[in-house]
Amino acid sequence: MAQRGIREYHGKRMLARHLDGFCEETVGYNGHIVLVDKDTDWAKLKKDNPWLKTDKLVAKPDQLFGKRGKHGLVLVNKDIAETKKWIDERMGKKQVVNGIEGTLTHFLIEPCVPHEAEYYVAIKSTAEGDAIYFSLEGGINVEENWDKVVVIKVPILGGIEDVNVEKALPGALGKNKKMVASFIRGLYKYFAALHFAYLEINPFAIAGNKIIPLDMVAKLDDTAEFCCNKLWGEDIEFPAAFGQNLSPEEMKIRELDALSGASLKLTLLNPEGTIWNMVAGGGASVIYADTVCDLGFAKELAFYGEYSGNPSTSLTYEYAKVVLDLMTRKPDAKKRPKTLILGGGIANFTDVAKTFTGIIKALNEYGDKLKKVNARIFVRRGGPNYQEGLANLKAAADKLGVPIEVHGPEYHMTRVVSDALKTGKGK
Amino acid sequence: MKKRPDYLLFDKNTTSLIYGMQTKAVQRMLDFDYCCRRTTPSVAALVDPGKFGSEKVFWGKKEIFIPVYPDVKTALKKHPDIDVMINFASFRSAYDTTMEGLNEPKLRTIVVIAEGMPERQARHLRAVAIERGKVIIGPATVGGIAAGAFKVANTGGTIESIIESKLHRPGSVGFVSKSGGMSNEAYNIIALNTDGLNEGIAIGGDAYAGSTLLEHLLRFEANPAIKMLVCLGEVGGEEEWKIVEAVKTKKIKKPLVMWVTGTSIKYMPKGIQFGHAGAKADASRETAEAKNAALREVGVVVPESFDDYDKAIKATYESLVKKGVIKPAPEVEPPVIPMDYAEAVARNMVRKPTNFTCTISDDSKDELLYAGHKISKVIGENYSVGETIGLLWFKERLPKWAAEFMEIVLKLCADHGPAVSGAHNTIVTARAGKDLMSAVASGILTIGPRFGGAVAGAALMFKAAQDAGQSPDAFIADLKKKNIKIQGIGHRIKSLKNPDMRVELLKQYARKHFPRTKLLDYALEVEQLTTAKKDTLILNVDGAIGVLSVDMMYGLGWDEERIQTVVNSGGLNGLFLLGRTIGMIGHYMDQCRQKADLYRHPWDDILYDLPAGE
Repeated sequence: MAQRGIREYHGKRMLARHLDGFCEETVGYNGHIVLVDKDTDWAKLKKDNPWLKTDKLVAKPDQLFGKRGKHGLVLVNKDIAETKKWIDERMGKKQVVNGIEGTLTHFLIEPCVPHEAEYYVAIKSTAEGDAIYFSLEGGINVEENWDKVVVIKVPILGGIEDVNVEKALPGALGKNKKMVASFIRGLYKYFAALHFAYLEINPFAIAGNKIIPLDMVAKLDDTAEFCCNKLWGEDIEFPAAFGQNLSPEEMKIRELDALSGASLKLTLLNPEGTIWNMVAGGGASVIYADTVCDLGFAKELAFYGEYSGNPSTSLTYEYAKVVLDLMTRKPDAKKRPKTLILGGGIANFTDVAKTFTGIIKALNEYGDKLKKVNARIFVRRGGPNYQEGLANLKAAADKLGVPIEVHGPEYHMTRVVSDALKTGKGK
Repeated sequence: MKKRPDYLLFDKNTTSLIYGMQTKAVQRMLDFDYCCRRTTPSVAALVDPGKFGSEKVFWGKKEIFIPVYPDVKTALKKHPDIDVMINFASFRSAYDTTMEGLNEPKLRTIVVIAEGMPERQARHLRAVAIERGKVIIGPATVGGIAAGAFKVANTGGTIESIIESKLHRPGSVGFVSKSGGMSNEAYNIIALNTDGLNEGIAIGGDAYAGSTLLEHLLRFEANPAIKMLVCLGEVGGEEEWKIVEAVKTKKIKKPLVMWVTGTSIKYMPKGIQFGHAGAKADASRETAEAKNAALREVGVVVPESFDDYDKAIKATYESLVKKGVIKPAPEVEPPVIPMDYAEAVARNMVRKPTNFTCTISDDSKDELLYAGHKISKVIGENYSVGETIGLLWFKERLPKWAAEFMEIVLKLCADHGPAVSGAHNTIVTARAGKDLMSAVASGILTIGPRFGGAVAGAALMFKAAQDAGQSPDAFIADLKKKNIKIQGIGHRIKSLKNPDMRVELLKQYARKHFPRTKLLDYALEVEQLTTAKKDTLILNVDGAIGVLSVDMMYGLGWDEERIQTVVNSGGLNGLFLLGRTIGMIGHYMDQCRQKADLYRHPWDDILYDLPAGE
């Protein structure tokens, strides 16, 4: 995978654990924050975090979406009883955020910190190097005041030691300038050492000699898990995007994917669609989906998916079964045929005949159902033993009485898509 | 050696080192080399941390050695011509090992295969490479190929695919993509629609690649052998915009056919991650449509969809041929690479007579088999030791009476005190500080006609006599005439009046449980006659085991030939051998436990009787 968002809760807990170790002077953030979901034991929560009972509190959903204030999803300056009531009223409820509907499942609670100025700091990793963004005008208005944002570029080879942070910061910081510069240098080192891809604290406040992060968005580079898992903490998680509610079939493929070294993906787009692309290979699968869309049939594309990384016969079988099951649940409302495209490029070393064995097994199980939805199959694949694989597949479909066309590498990779769509139109 | 121009990473003389023991990849490279009629292998050395050695690979039909070195520096010292490193280190160590390569002045190109390298590390490696004038291909790549010259690792797939895609000789097209899988497909498309690939690179699908699409296109632009560029871009990132800029500013002047994949992303749920880590559009500029449109606008040949990619390539190629820019590269017949034996076997294409036959056990299946019985059944159904011996010695599960007889024999023979030759030798050897195997072997080597080894001999002799219908009288007389001692008759001290308890127990058991004891009865008749001459000439334990074993085999209903084969083989001595091994191991352990010192036989126990000297 790659850059993945984490909860604000985990971001702040990590910051509290590690930031001081990267700073010349202590920042002193105490990490008072808790995460609650529907299963939270509130009595235990209060016992473990005494400040919940004494402090005025802030609460908001913690599910990787921003602009929570604008959606009326931030509670400020209330005691624990009121906070709990507020959360209970919203927990498990549907909510539309930025046009996407999802369910509220996680909230964070932290102390309400009285403050005056709100500052903005963000660090972004780009191909040319990292960039630090700073603004005196933090909070929800930072985007409107983007021209006031100071950008500090950090060179890849020199690192933060080559940058004069203090000089780059606006003079209006006054007596706080030295402290903020020290904080930013430390924050950058923390960002680099923990393999963040993006870190935004908007806003942070200064209370006495302490810096308090009020709101935070963070993305980690999850490939660094092998060297950072201790620093990230055992409880780190990478939640799905808000509103991404997985169907049971998508869940099943995710589980199969996680359990094996091979790669299996499935995202349902339109289960009523008539085009079912079951494609081998990450690159090829995108191109097959593209071609269906480019030829004007995006609405008919039932799902995006791929299987690759030399999946075993049984894994391919399981994957094919999920696809065929979804595809054959009911015939098309307009009685159009359903098209299964078994596509793929030229495999490097994957034994094509072997992977097709799993697909054939699934086809045999769904033979009658396939006929009921008037299914047609188009195949294109190359690589070791592809001739044998294609012949086996054709023999199996012929026996079932399901129309099939098979092609090897001599046929342009996506031509089966245009063939299928053309004949589809004709009917 | 002549320095290669900067635009040329690989040619027919390029040699490389492979970091990691990827013998299969090495073989694939060498097969490619052979197909291209290279004069020397493209792999000069392997690096396996901390190890010196060599790996055997095929060069055509011949086997050659590729040396293995403990680190990159040593490999380069021994092979100064190497300028390419193909790094197979895992994502955990790919950064450190690539740095090791970047620190070597002689290396120009480093290919990083590992998938899952942290982005910061990849970005840092790229910065160091640029600073030092080197090229990194990858991470997360299959590599690349210079057709007819040099192939990185597993690029291009099987040798059949490589030849089908005409990669064994150079054509006129330069190709670059992110995807390794799609590069293979692209080489096929290029072979079907042009005179073939000249050089192809897959830069890898990560967000921060060590070298970019544009950098490789610029190399192709500078390479006079490349007349036409083909590129496959991807949704996400800014890379393709740099190509737009380069075409606009005439840094790229050669015809370029390009398609950016990921046009379907707008129909997908927000935030979907395609196969590649970099394939994710965060801004409208990064979408495939925007990039395709911008490319088209500056004059790049961009088809309407991937479905027309082949046609666009073909049309561009043909117009170049028409203009005389391209003179189609000639077809070259590649030499045939002998198929690997293992592959030929897998494809049912060869057969050979076997040198060995085994009919008793099989470890080549999912589960170990003893004479067709699964080990799980042997244990699950609690087969006795006797039954297990039956499976491996006689290839059948013996009935209880026979299995128990075997066990009784083992128990009776298990030991006979420290004074007998087998135990004695074991003890002396153990005390000389030798290991278990040596001590027991030294004991076992004393088993023979005078000690424990008369079981088979007795079975043979008595059975032959009875089969021939010889009376016990005649049998004894016959052997006496030939001056042959009767095997299994006689004991040092035991007699009819002072019988050997072991023989008594065997006789009792056989009388009670054996279906027949015909040969025992015959042997006892012989004993009657021999003990009449001397009372210690009894049927001894070896003899009893021998004749009863024959009775057992008849009792099992075996045919004559099968029984005679066992008897002739001498295998029945195995009963004594197996049993007594238990005791010998015991004596070995006993001596070790006592920490017994070296044994030296006392002088006064030896008669020195030498010839009188001068």
